[in-house]
Amino acid sequence: MSTALFGEPIARREDPRLITGQGRYLDDLGGGALEAAFVRSPHAHARITDIDVGGALEIEGLVAIYTWEDLPGRVGEPLPLLIPHPALTHGRTAYPLARDVVRHVGEPVVMVVARDRYLAEDAAERIRVTYEPLPPVVGIEDAARAERLVHDDVPGNAGAHLVQEVGDAPGAIASAPHVLEFRLDIERSASMPLEGRGVYARWDADDESLRVYSSTQTSTSVRMAIAAKLGLPPVKVEVIAPDVGGGFGVKIVHPWPEEVLVPWAARLLDREIKWTEDRREHFVSAAHERAQVHFVRVGFDDEGRLLGLDVRIQHDHGAYTPYGIIVPIITSTQLLGPYKPGAYRVEFTSLYTNTVIVTPYRGAGRPQGVFCMERTMDRIADELGIDRTAVRAANFVQPGEFPYDQGLVFQDGRPLIYDSGDYPEMLRRTKELIGWDEFGDRRAEAERQGRRIGIGLACYVEGTGVGPYEGGHVEIDSGGRVHVSTGLTSQGQGHQTVFAQITASELGVPIEDVTVTTGDTRRFAYAVGTFASRAAVMSGNAIALACRKVREKALRIAGEALEADPRDLEIVDGVVRVKGDAGSSIPLRTVAVLSNPLRYAFDEETRRATQFAVGGSADTPPLTGEPGLEGEDYYSPVRSTFACGMHAAIVETDPDTAEVCILRYTVLHDCGRLINPRIVEGQIHGGVAQGVGGALYERMVYDEAGQLLNASFMDFLMPYATEVPAIETGHMETPSPLNPLGIKGAGEAGVIPVSAVIAAAIEDAEGIRVSRMPISPSELFHLRLEAESGAAELTNRARSHPAPLRRAAGEAGVRE
Amino acid sequence: MKPPPFTYHAPETLDEALDALARAGDDGKVLAGGQSLIPLLNMRLAAPGHLIDINRVTELDTVEVTPEGVWAGALARHARVERSDEAAAVQPLLRAALRHVAHPVVRNRGTVVGSLAHADPAAELPAVLAVLGGSVEAASSRGRRTVPAAEFFAGPLESSLRRGELAVRAFFPALPERSGAAFAEVSRRHGDYAMAGAAAVVALDDDQRVCSARVAYLSIAATPLVLDLTASLDRRPPVTCDWAAAAGYARDHIDPDGDIHATAAYRRHLAGVLTERTLRAAAQEAL
Ligand SMILES: Cc1cc2nc3c(=O)[nH]c(=O)nc-3n(C[C@H](O)[C@H](O)[C@H](O)COP(=O)(O)OP(=O)(O)OC[C@H]3O[C@@H](n4cnc5c(N)ncnc54)[C@H](O)[C@@H]3O)c2cc1C
Repeated sequence: MSTALFGEPIARREDPRLITGQGRYLDDLGGGALEAAFVRSPHAHARITDIDVGGALEIEGLVAIYTWEDLPGRVGEPLPLLIPHPALTHGRTAYPLARDVVRHVGEPVVMVVARDRYLAEDAAERIRVTYEPLPPVVGIEDAARAERLVHDDVPGNAGAHLVQEVGDAPGAIASAPHVLEFRLDIERSASMPLEGRGVYARWDADDESLRVYSSTQTSTSVRMAIAAKLGLPPVKVEVIAPDVGGGFGVKIVHPWPEEVLVPWAARLLDREIKWTEDRREHFVSAAHERAQVHFVRVGFDDEGRLLGLDVRIQHDHGAYTPYGIIVPIITSTQLLGPYKPGAYRVEFTSLYTNTVIVTPYRGAGRPQGVFCMERTMDRIADELGIDRTAVRAANFVQPGEFPYDQGLVFQDGRPLIYDSGDYPEMLRRTKELIGWDEFGDRRAEAERQGRRIGIGLACYVEGTGVGPYEGGHVEIDSGGRVHVSTGLTSQGQGHQTVFAQITASELGVPIEDVTVTTGDTRRFAYAVGTFASRAAVMSGNAIALACRKVREKALRIAGEALEADPRDLEIVDGVVRVKGDAGSSIPLRTVAVLSNPLRYAFDEETRRATQFAVGGSADTPPLTGEPGLEGEDYYSPVRSTFACGMHAAIVETDPDTAEVCILRYTVLHDCGRLINPRIVEGQIHGGVAQGVGGALYERMVYDEAGQLLNASFMDFLMPYATEVPAIETGHMETPSPLNPLGIKGAGEAGVIPVSAVIAAAIEDAEGIRVSRMPISPSELFHLRLEAESGAAELTNRARSHPAPLRRAAGEAGVRE
Repeated sequence: MKPPPFTYHAPETLDEALDALARAGDDGKVLAGGQSLIPLLNMRLAAPGHLIDINRVTELDTVEVTPEGVWAGALARHARVERSDEAAAVQPLLRAALRHVAHPVVRNRGTVVGSLAHADPAAELPAVLAVLGGSVEAASSRGRRTVPAAEFFAGPLESSLRRGELAVRAFFPALPERSGAAFAEVSRRHGDYAMAGAAAVVALDDDQRVCSARVAYLSIAATPLVLDLTASLDRRPPVTCDWAAAAGYARDHIDPDGDIHATAAYRRHLAGVLTERTLRAAAQEAL
C-alpha cells in the first residue's frame, strides 16, 4: 500500500476490467430496447422531392418512421452552432433530419424505429426517397472557385475568414535577404474510434424524467442540449457516458442528430430506444478533419532566423459548422511552435464542401500547423545549406523569455502566452536520442548496401488544458472508501488511475480505497468535457483542490476527537494521527462517521455518531459547516498551459517498390510534472500510431460526385501494430506555473508532429521535396517519376549530391 | 450493417448440403469461413435467400498430402494448411502464399476452398492454384466434375461453379523435381490484399538451365493472370539469367487497373519488380 503515488508509473487500474471484456459500452446496455436505424442520403447534394415509406410498413416489428415533418418545435430546428465566433459570419448547421436539401452523403433523412436493428434496416431499405441531384462541391479548390454553392446563401462557400497579425509580415518579408514561397497540403482523415457513436434513452413517464446513455466526450453538455431541445428542466435529464471506446475528438461534438432524436422518440413512444452507430455510418455521418491547403511566404536572414512569415490557409470544413472554426484557429496560432516568427500574418478562409462535417480530431489543426512550420524550417535549411537543427535553434524562444507572449489570440479567446519550457535543451536531447550528428555515417553505410535512408525531425508546442473550468467532488464514507467524481468523461485515457493517484497523494489514503467516477451527471452536473488535452490539468487540479478541502475538514474533526491542534496532525494510510505520536490516531472512516451527527443509528458505526454518543459542549450546535466528510472544488485557469515535444525519425525507402519503412522513431516530451509516466507514454504511443496513420496510410477519398470511396476498414487504412514503429521516449518536466499541480496536458501530443517528421525523413532519403501528406508508395513512385521529368522539385542537397540518392525511378525495376 | 433476412441451413453431411443447395437453386449460397461472405451480407451487397452452412459437414474437413500434391477439403482452414509441414514439403508455395493471406485470426476461420470459390483477383490462393495448374472438384446433387484452374476463375468474384454446385476440394500439384517456387507481394499494410503480387515457379533442365518459368499475378487482372516467361530467359543457368528482361516482358504483357491505393502505372511497375524478385528466388530454390 502506497499513498505517495503522484509521479509513479503504476499500472492502469481500469485495464484488468477493460481487457477481460468486462467493459460496459453503449451497445452492451439496453438489451431489450427498440432500435433505430437511419435512411441516409446517397447524394452529396440534392433536393428531396418525395419520401415514400409505404414499402416499409409491412415489415413486422416496425414501430415508427419519422421524417423532418414529424419533428415538433425545437426538435425540428437546426442543431446548435456550439462555438460561435465573430469571424464565422456564415455559420450553418444541419437539421436533425434533412429538410428539403441534403448536403453530404450520409446526412440523415428518415429515422426508423423497430424491434431490433435488423428489422429497422429491413424497413429503412424499403423507404423510397426521391432526390433531385444538385451539383456538388468537393475539395478545397472546387469550394474556393465557388462556381457552385453548398449553401445558396453563403457566397463564395466561405463560412469564415479571419486574419491575425503581429507586426508587418509582408513588409518584413519584402526587405528580407532570403524569401521562399510554397504550398503545403494535408488531406482528410478522421478520429475513427473503435467504438462508434451511440445513444440509448429511457423515459420514465411517472417521474417525467429522462435517462440517456451516450458514447460522448461531454455528458454534461449533452444533458443541457437535450433538456433545451425537449423542453425539459435539466434536473429531469440524466446523461451518462458509460465506458467509451475511444473518442479522439469526434465525440465532443454534440448534440448529434441522434442524441436529440433518440431521446425525443423514447419519450414520444414511451419506450426504451437505442441507436448504435455502425462503421459505415461513422464514415459518412460523423466527422472528419485535417484537410487544409497552406500558402507560405517566409523571409529570413543568413542564419535562418525568421524575419517575416505570412501564411494563407484554406480550410475545408465540410457541409456544416456545428463546432465553429476551432480547427483553423488552432492551426493559425499553434503553427508558431517553439519559435519566434518575427512578424507574422496568418489568414484563413473556412470553406463549405458537400462532404462530412469537419470538427477537431486529436491534434485539432496542430498537425497541419506543425507541418507548415517544420517544412518551412527544413526549406530554409536547404536553401541556406545549413543543418536543419541549426535553423530551429536560431529561432527558439529562450528559457529566460517565459512567460512568452506570441501576441495572438488562442482558441480559448485568451492571449497566446507560453507559460514555460526549455526548447534548446530539448533539441539537444533529441539530437542525442536519435543520433542526429552521427547520421551521416549511418547513411553512407546504408548507401554502400544499396539502401536509401533519411532522417527528419519536428518540434511542436501544444496549448493544453483550456478552460473554462472543471470540478471535482471527493467523499470519504464511513467504510473509509473514497469516492471521487468529476464531470468530464473518459474514453480510455486512464482517468481512473491518475485521478486516484492524485487523490491518494493529497489525502494520504491507499489507492485501493479510491474509486473514480467520470461523465455521470447524476454524480457531477457541472463540467465542460474531455478534449484539448485538458482532463488531467482541469479535473486533476480540481480534484486536488477538493481533496485539500476534505483533508482540512478531516483534520478539524479529528482534532476535536483527539483533542489536538489540526496543524499537529497528519494522514498516513487512511489514518489521522498526531505527528510523532502514532498511538493517538483515528481512522478516516471514523472521522467520516463523526462528520455527520445523527439522530438515528442503523449499524455499529453510526451508533457512534448519534446525539448521546458524541460529546462536545452543550452550548455549540452539533454540526459545524456541512455534514459528511466531503468536499467539492473547481479549477478555472486564466489561460492554457503549453506543453511541447520534439520527434525524430529515420526512415528507409525501397528504391524499387517505393515502400516506406520507419526504422527508428524517437520522442522527447514535456508535459510539466508527470502524474504517471507510464500513462503519458501510452498516450504518446497511441498518438504516434495515429500520426503514422495520418502520414502514411489514412485519407478520405472522395470522388467528384462527393461519394466517399473508402468508407470501410478495408480501404481506409489505419496502421496495424505491424506498421507502428517501436517508439523511444524521453521525458522532460518543466512545471507549469499556472496550476497547483504544475501539470500540462499530454493527450494529443503524440500525433501532432508525425506527418512533419516523416515528410522530412522521406525528403531526406529521396532528395525530392515532399509538400503533401499523407504519402503512399504509389505516390512516392510517381513523385520519383516527376522528379525525373523535372515536374517535381529536388532539394538543393540532392542537386549537389551524386547518386545513389537520386537514382531514378526508371531504373528502379533493376536491382543493383 | 446487418444482413437482410435469409433461411439458414445447417447440414451435417455432404448429401444434405448438396440437397439444400439444389433446392435453393439460384437463391442459395454456401457459407464456409464466412470471412468474405459475412461482410458482404452485412453491407447488404449480397442477399441470398438461403445460406447453406457447411461448417458441420466434417467429411469436408480434410487435408490430404500425397506425392502428387495437396488436396484441401472444403473445410480446411487457411491456418491448418499453412501449418502443415507435409503440405509445405510437397508444395512450398502454399505456405509461402498463405502467410500473406490476412491475419492469423482470419486464417483461423477462412478456408482455402472458400478463397478459391470467392475468386477475388486480389487473393493469393487463386494465383497459386493458377500457376501450379491445379484444379477444383465440384459436386452437386447431379454428380461431380473437376474444373482445371485455367477454367475455374471466370471474372472478379466469379468462379465457374454452377448453380447447386459445392466445391468439395481443391488440388494443388506438388512441385516437380529440379523446380523452385516463390511468392512475393506488396501490400499497403501487413496482411492486406496486395496492390500487386506474384507467384513464380521455375524449373531447370538436366544442365541446370531454366527450362520453364511461369508467374501468376494477383491484383493485376480480373482473374489470376499466368505469364510464361520461359522464352524471355533464353534457357540460361540462373546466375546468367537476365531477370530484368523477364520483368520487362511481364510489364509489357499486363494491363492492370488503377484504384485508390495504386495507380495502373505503379501496379505495372510493381509487377516488374515482383517478377524479378520471385523468379530469382524460385530459381535459387530450384538449384
Ligand atoms: C480482414 C480480412 C482480411 C483479409 N485479407 C485477405 C487477403 O489478404 N488475401 C486473401 O486471399 N483473402 C483475404 N481475406 C479473405 C479470407 O481469405 C476469406 O476467408 C476467403 O476469401 C474466403 O474464405 P471463407 O471460407 O471465409 O469463405 P466464405 O466467406 O464463407 O465464402 C466466400 C464465398 O465463397 C463461397 N464458398 C465458400 N466455400 C464454398 C464452397 N466450398 N463451395 C462453393 N462456394 C463456396 C461462398 O458462397 C461465398 O460466395 C480477408 C478477410 C478478412 C476478413
